[in-house]
Amino acid sequence: MSTSTQAGPGAGNSDPYAAGDGYGTTDGKVFTVTGQDWDEVVAGLGEAGDAERIVVNMGPQHPSTHGVLRLILEIEGETVTEARCGIGYLHTGIEKNMEFRTWTQGVTFCTRMDYLSPFYNEMTYCLGVERLLGIEDGDDPVPEKAQVMRVLLMELNRISSHLVAIATGGMELGALTVMTIGFREREQVLDLFELITGLRMNHAFIRPGGVAQDLPDGSLDAVRDFVKLMRKRLPEITAMCNANPIFRGRLEGVGHLDLEGCLALGLTGPVLRSTGYPWDLRKTEPYSGYETYDFDVQTWDTCDSYGRFRIRMNEMFESLRIVEQCVGRLDKLVGAPVMVADKKIAWPSQLSVGSDGQGNSLEHIRHIMGESMEALIHHFKLVTEGFRVPPGQAYVPVESPRGELGAHVVSDGGTRPFRAHFRDPSFTNLQATSVMSEGGMIADVIVAIASIDPVMGGVDR
Amino acid sequence: MNAVSLPLVTGPSLDSFGLDTVWVVLLKAVLIFAVLVVLTLFNIWFERRVVARMQHRIGPNVNGPFGLLQSLADGVKLALKEDIIPTRADKVVFILAPIICVVPAFVTFAVIPFGPEVTIPFTDTVTPLQLTDMPVAVLFVMAIASIGIYGIVLGGWASGSTYSLLGGLRSSAQMISYEVAMGLALISVFLFAGSVSTSEIVAAQGDLWFGLILAPAFIIYVIAMVGETNRAPFDLPEAEGELVGGFHTEYSSLKFALFFLAEYINMVTVSALATTLFLGGWHAPFGIGAIWEGANEGYWPLLWFFGKVFFFMFIFVWLRGTLPRMRYDQFMDFGWKRLIPVALGWTVLVAVMRLITIEETFDRQSLLITLGVITGLLVVAMFVPSFGAARDEAETEEPDAPAKPAGAFPVPPMPATGAVRGAAPPLTFADSGPRPGPAQAEES
Repeated sequence: MSTSTQAGPGAGNSDPYAAGDGYGTTDGKVFTVTGQDWDEVVAGLGEAGDAERIVVNMGPQHPSTHGVLRLILEIEGETVTEARCGIGYLHTGIEKNMEFRTWTQGVTFCTRMDYLSPFYNEMTYCLGVERLLGIEDGDDPVPEKAQVMRVLLMELNRISSHLVAIATGGMELGALTVMTIGFREREQVLDLFELITGLRMNHAFIRPGGVAQDLPDGSLDAVRDFVKLMRKRLPEITAMCNANPIFRGRLEGVGHLDLEGCLALGLTGPVLRSTGYPWDLRKTEPYSGYETYDFDVQTWDTCDSYGRFRIRMNEMFESLRIVEQCVGRLDKLVGAPVMVADKKIAWPSQLSVGSDGQGNSLEHIRHIMGESMEALIHHFKLVTEGFRVPPGQAYVPVESPRGELGAHVVSDGGTRPFRAHFRDPSFTNLQATSVMSEGGMIADVIVAIASIDPVMGGVDR
Repeated sequence: MNAVSLPLVTGPSLDSFGLDTVWVVLLKAVLIFAVLVVLTLFNIWFERRVVARMQHRIGPNVNGPFGLLQSLADGVKLALKEDIIPTRADKVVFILAPIICVVPAFVTFAVIPFGPEVTIPFTDTVTPLQLTDMPVAVLFVMAIASIGIYGIVLGGWASGSTYSLLGGLRSSAQMISYEVAMGLALISVFLFAGSVSTSEIVAAQGDLWFGLILAPAFIIYVIAMVGETNRAPFDLPEAEGELVGGFHTEYSSLKFALFFLAEYINMVTVSALATTLFLGGWHAPFGIGAIWEGANEGYWPLLWFFGKVFFFMFIFVWLRGTLPRMRYDQFMDFGWKRLIPVALGWTVLVAVMRLITIEETFDRQSLLITLGVITGLLVVAMFVPSFGAARDEAETEEPDAPAKPAGAFPVPPMPATGAVRGAAPPLTFADSGPRPGPAQAEES
């Protein structure tokens, strides 16, 4: 972070991948800003003779950039004249890694991308793989219980993700109580996740063909208690924020982006719905039986951050409605299968909790080690090599809390993906940073980005 | 004394000052210093505990009884940290700034009255519980407090960093805007007390606090004092979410600790000033003085005084636990377009009322009733147009202008009902097959 009011040290060791020390266009010099090059940028600006320009490098280490987003702001006093974002600081090579693991193992990788909505990453990937496998429908489809469990987990996940969005957004506004309340409620959701999947985040629970485990005892009661609790607490958060004039004053009219802008930039999710256009993949392109649930698409008509905030609040209530319906269905599905019957796809073993912690069930171990040689071979082949997926490609998007999340999975007929590419809504939505924040104040940039709610793990993958 | 009525309790007047011997002065000065430092440690703990309660947390409770020693431990840790001076910083100013900030914070307390005249234990010396007083004591406080802001501005400028610079600039703008409102709020107090000396203002509030009869001035002062001390929701100079740390982004170790110390002492200072000017200073609250003769004598007033100061400290913490930060322009709007006009109007009103009372055109009762009505109206007027009037215009120019310019990006038709708030009707498509929307890339 530095000012650029004066020429700094001369441009030296330049990045071989950058576009050079700035090349001229009609609008002046263009700089490819990467890392460790601040002195060059400063020097270049000095040459251009704009001694009055102040360029602020906000991030990647900054309390309000949602992790490691880097913002390069040109400011005039408190007004932002230009805003650009730099990404790539959390690139982890997940997509490439997935090409070297089996189809089932891919879930373990992609769940870590958008770490606030892990089930959606797993879901869109698994839907793609299932379409390639041809087990979406047909004589051996993904069982109903698995579908309902997926919906249950996704909607719980939507609540937790929106809670974080509101909590961190509040924190960036200086409303620390909103932050602590948001995280307190999110903890309830994570406890449910822990109960059902064994992990609070990065679950790898939704697998091609179903889900990893059946529901543990008592989980539906826990979900019911949770819904009851949230029905009481969510209105409190709503009241606390909506009745607060400073909160409204900070959000209203900030980060304005209309329908045209959203479509031109490919924005989806709450940002798109804040323009009043009720685009929600759960309705327009249902998957996993969403067409059988009773819920509404929430929109707002202001195209601003406040609308997005209200949409997120309302969507949590809608998610609670869906969760209740899921619980009702799961009540009737006790003991039903949660994985396809095809033993060439379904993971052979089930987990159980033993005296030394969680592991493969002893019954299964006894079966493969003591009773059936064929079972051992089958287990070994499926676990180490994985199943084969017919060649082809598939893209099945889902409505993640941030917008359209899709996995383009390509198979060459092998046991590993030929390519798995994710269309992450955070990445696409982040394009709107410039149009949303230019012309506003520095404080508005923070609000606008918080209203996009980008998760850098999903942006960089 | 030109007060509303003769005060029930007469405190020390200006004549009581300037008589102390050197050792008494030294003793008082050292005591004030010690009290302020201890109070800062206590206030940090107090704030953390209270705000933790508000946020469903526990707060520091490990070090010492109730975690009281937590701030001491933090202070020691801070002092042991590496002291970094950035390369681009102006070294002299960079080092001077925290000192400029912290010294005035201590100095202002010299004129704050803690209590009436008392006998120093084990001696026969009788002295007011106040280091000194002067005919312009409140102006002295205002002047010295403004010097403290120089520390922030200079620190921000000398750091050689954009965030610090912006923080310093915001701070100077804040100081100018809110000191005007604050000063105007104080004028009515001066008019009623007939003095600018703190001890006489306290004495003038023997039977009725100025906070009650001058409620608008009190409210304006409380708002301005929050702005003056850079506390939420007016903590723009150190807006964590935007400017990282604002003016103290580049500061570390003891220099940072000095800024921190100054901020907390300033909170105590403005609270003490509010207590002195509006809540009757060290006088016992709730009519305790009328029931119990000794409440306003000896060292008891210290209890009332600090009780009132902690009431304000609680308000500070409460605000922080409740409100988000305002935006710079909203903050300036609020200061210049709301607070200052209201304060000006109020000052004129009070002056007129004061004149009428002195000329005795009305009796006192009708005056107080009139004042009460005006008080109510002013307070209502201050909050009726919620800030964000300029924002409303942005809202009215609604998103879906029907006629798009040629060449605009094509947009799909909106649902028949148009944009709605809340549950929207589902989208319908002409070819409503099982999978509407974009074509699927699918093969297998």
